Amino acid sequence: MADEVPNLAESKLTALVVDDNYVNQSMHHKLLDRLGIENDVVCNGQEAVDVHCSGRNYDLILMDMDMPVMNGIQATKRLREMGIESKIAGVTTRAKEEEMQEFMEAGLNDFQEKPLTISKLLSILHKLDFYVHT
Amino acid sequence: MDTLVAQLQRQFRDYTISLSPGFFGFLDDQFTELKKLQDECSPDFVAEVVSLFFEDCEKLIGNMARALDQTGNVDFSLVGSSVHQLKGSSSSVGAKRVKGLCVTFKECCDSQNFEGCVRCLQQVDIEYKSLKAKLQDLFNLEQQIVQAGGRIPQVDI
Repeated sequence: MADEVPNLAESKLTALVVDDNYVNQSMHHKLLDRLGIENDVVCNGQEAVDVHCSGRNYDLILMDMDMPVMNGIQATKRLREMGIESKIAGVTTRAKEEEMQEFMEAGLNDFQEKPLTISKLLSILHKLDFYVHT
Repeated sequence: MDTLVAQLQRQFRDYTISLSPGFFGFLDDQFTELKKLQDECSPDFVAEVVSLFFEDCEKLIGNMARALDQTGNVDFSLVGSSVHQLKGSSSSVGAKRVKGLCVTFKECCDSQNFEGCVRCLQQVDIEYKSLKAKLQDLFNLEQQIVQAGGRIPQVDI
């Protein structure tokens, strides 16, 4: 199985995991690690905004929708208002159509339903032109 | 006659399969996805994530119990919020039965069905503890195989 997982370390991609759940944080961090993508983890939308205010920038942001303090919709809107052009992929458990619509309209580039897997993450990377499947 | 390693490996295979959707249904294929992330750099990854999940269960079940204890003044949206969190975690680790119970539990919260919520809470508590015991047995088998000098078979759920 390890042979089938591409290593994208050479592309020097960076990512930010935004999720309040420790299990999901651990999974998503490891998924990105496994693909060779350097990544940081924060616990809610406010922390995602703060880390960008401190000058950090990422190629990809994996944004959970339901979080305390500042949720994914609010955080996505705020980051876009700040001029952050990173690719943002919403990662959600099954949500109502109107919630998904609102999340996309906040400024997402893509979304995937949780739980994330290696193939779902590769699908995000492929769609956002970070990875070409060979 | 089977060696000890072969016997343990067979036990491990049978036990893993017994947890799968086709048998007792404790786990689904997301558990296999979790195992794919374990490697030489993080040889205990599955055990660590599973441990986080069980800590999450304890915390969230505690929150739900306290919220349901406010007799006559239960905040069902608060209970529902914890159920949603638990559904998310259980889904991430492949805890199929816990996740299924969370779906029913959420419906009870949404319809403000107090008795239904109390029943679901009891069931979720029993279910996560059963899963915890099962996974501990599985990890023990893995350890025994390694100590006997064998390799852990790859068994997909």
